[in-house]
Amino acid sequence: MSTTRNALGGKGRKHTIGLLALAAGMFGFAFALVPLYDAFCKWTGLNGTTSGRASYISSTGTPTDREVTIQFLAQAGNGMPWEFRPTQSELRVRLGTLATTTFYVRNRSATAVTGQAVPSVAPGLAAPYLNKLECFCFTPQRLDAGAEMNMPVRFYVSTDLPRQVHTLTLSYTLFPVGAKS
Amino acid sequence: MHAHSATAEHPPKSGLRAFVARWVLTTNHKEIGTLYLWLSFTLFFIAGAMAMVIRVELFQPGLQLTEPNFYNQMVTLHGLIMVFGAVMPAFVGLANWMIPIMIGAPDMALPRINNFSFWVLPFAFAMLLSSLFMEGGAPNFGWTFYAPLSTTFGPPSTDFFIFGVHLMGVSSVLGAINIIVTILNLRAPGMTLMKMPLFVWTWLITAFLLIMVMPVLAAAVTMMLTDRHFGTSFFAASGGGDPVMFQHIFWFFGHPEVYIMILPGFGIASQIIPTFARKPLFGYRSMVYATAAIAFLSFIVWGHHMFATGMPLAAQLMFMYATMLIAVPTGVKVFNWVATMWRGSMTFETPMLFALGFVMMFTIGGFSGLMLALVPADFQYQDTFFVVAHFHYVLYPGAIFGTMAAVYYWLPKWTGHMYDERLGKIHFWSAAIAVNLTFFPMHFSGLAGMPRRVVDYSLQFADFNRISSIGAVLLGLTQLLFLYIVIKTIRGGAKASDQVWEGAQGLEWTIPSPAPLHTFQTPPDLASVEQANGLRT
Repeated sequence: MSTTRNALGGKGRKHTIGLLALAAGMFGFAFALVPLYDAFCKWTGLNGTTSGRASYISSTGTPTDREVTIQFLAQAGNGMPWEFRPTQSELRVRLGTLATTTFYVRNRSATAVTGQAVPSVAPGLAAPYLNKLECFCFTPQRLDAGAEMNMPVRFYVSTDLPRQVHTLTLSYTLFPVGAKS
Repeated sequence: MHAHSATAEHPPKSGLRAFVARWVLTTNHKEIGTLYLWLSFTLFFIAGAMAMVIRVELFQPGLQLTEPNFYNQMVTLHGLIMVFGAVMPAFVGLANWMIPIMIGAPDMALPRINNFSFWVLPFAFAMLLSSLFMEGGAPNFGWTFYAPLSTTFGPPSTDFFIFGVHLMGVSSVLGAINIIVTILNLRAPGMTLMKMPLFVWTWLITAFLLIMVMPVLAAAVTMMLTDRHFGTSFFAASGGGDPVMFQHIFWFFGHPEVYIMILPGFGIASQIIPTFARKPLFGYRSMVYATAAIAFLSFIVWGHHMFATGMPLAAQLMFMYATMLIAVPTGVKVFNWVATMWRGSMTFETPMLFALGFVMMFTIGGFSGLMLALVPADFQYQDTFFVVAHFHYVLYPGAIFGTMAAVYYWLPKWTGHMYDERLGKIHFWSAAIAVNLTFFPMHFSGLAGMPRRVVDYSLQFADFNRISSIGAVLLGLTQLLFLYIVIKTIRGGAKASDQVWEGAQGLEWTIPSPAPLHTFQTPPDLASVEQANGLRT
């Protein structure tokens, strides 16, 4: 090495530092993808994310004769000791009219547990057209040991739902709150 | 540096200590290149042995050799080690050996970083392999380690896998920075970028890909680590995260990664085919632009790995068209290789055979890739053995045959001996037959509906699997022949001339065979080399 011609001057140093910065930047970029991904999903309604807020009935539009099927799914997530199922497996609803269904829960454990339901709609692109006026998913739900209840969801499907959608699936997963999954 | 000058200028101290000191402390690009190649070769056999376990298990339906969890560990480690341990270090080793010589540089620009980026790797793979002996077994979630399989349900050894991947990432990024700085700063006077050999060009672009995506992989495994132990919920729906996001981040790394594993192979074929066709490479400029175009496109096609995740139609179409667009620059390359051979005075020595096998069979893998790119068709193919057939066609006859072509091509320069041509030809033909015997039937079993990553399968797939398993064992044996040929060449053989191949052109053929430890201490005079060689300007 002592005889090696030392051709690497300041330019090589600049390149090295620049490339290291690029690598560090890409590491940061991957973390930036996380909020970007959420923002993108919210903006487009992709990935079945529904609005976490209640809608208001004034925006339903004029009710039409067009009907769609809404299917309901419920599952207790990892570490959630609740029985959780829809009381109706599906419902035919007319676009723009209000519908109500309930989900049954029972705490099978010996302690009080608080749960949070996370909704998802398939197909994802139809998610923005499913508007909930009232939902147990808006707030955490608390059940005493052995207690049970029916939790209501009131919703309507907007009249401008794309033509090709005939069936919507509304799915809830319940997760324990305040516990590590 | 001390060890180095000891071997170069002073009589070495005898014994094991001197030997270890020489190889552990070396900063010489040729020695580090050799270390990379031997590490890659070793891991190739380890991961290959795992492939043998997989294929023997699949020889017939039912469970015969392994229990399902161990089978999954074999599938996972085979993939991880082949990708990060066999293919990538082999290309980095070739880059270390050849790039400084090909551009007339005395060494790599950052020799001590070079030493570090190699010596990180044995530790990374020791960590990964040690997980096999841990309670709960090695990682068993496939080389793509999708969440929540790897986060919520991963075995305890997953953390060793995570740190192993971190180390591999550090090694790759430092190696890539070294290669770029070398190419940009240490070229011989007069060697403009557009006069660089294609192998150097493809590696320059590959190095940029590495720097841009290996940190993304490192970030993905870091998120896994914090999800597993520090209460974050990047990929856990229970905490507001999303497992599908894992796939987006992984494939944002993963698709450029597959080009990292093939672009240097393109460069190797572009060196070898002109030599044995005795014609300059057809369309040099278009080769460079095509490589850059492929690299750019690799960043906007990751979604084609995820068509079945419920992606909206518009995104599916965008990813489908962008993916199909890659066929254009790839087609340019294949056309240029064929046009280089057109009316050439061709001879078929072993490196040329492997390069031709590369072009033909990589193209088959490219075509099945086009089939997979079609959204409506992909829904049938995805997660079947058709996918396994596809990526093994681009990796085995692509990346691995490319590496073998390079080894045969440059081995006389490295060792000073010619390899045994007859054995080399036997190696090529048996490997070419075995590789097709192994992977071609997988197209059929996949189209018939056989899912990938299964330890057991339905009776109707038995015949195709039997053929694949016989082919795989043959293929494993042919690589033992390769090991024998390499060792035999190192130990002796006919003396190789400096130019080695009649049609070979380029700076690496102007130095003696075997290449002395130090080359181009003073930069070569490119004009006189070109004149002497009749190089095109």
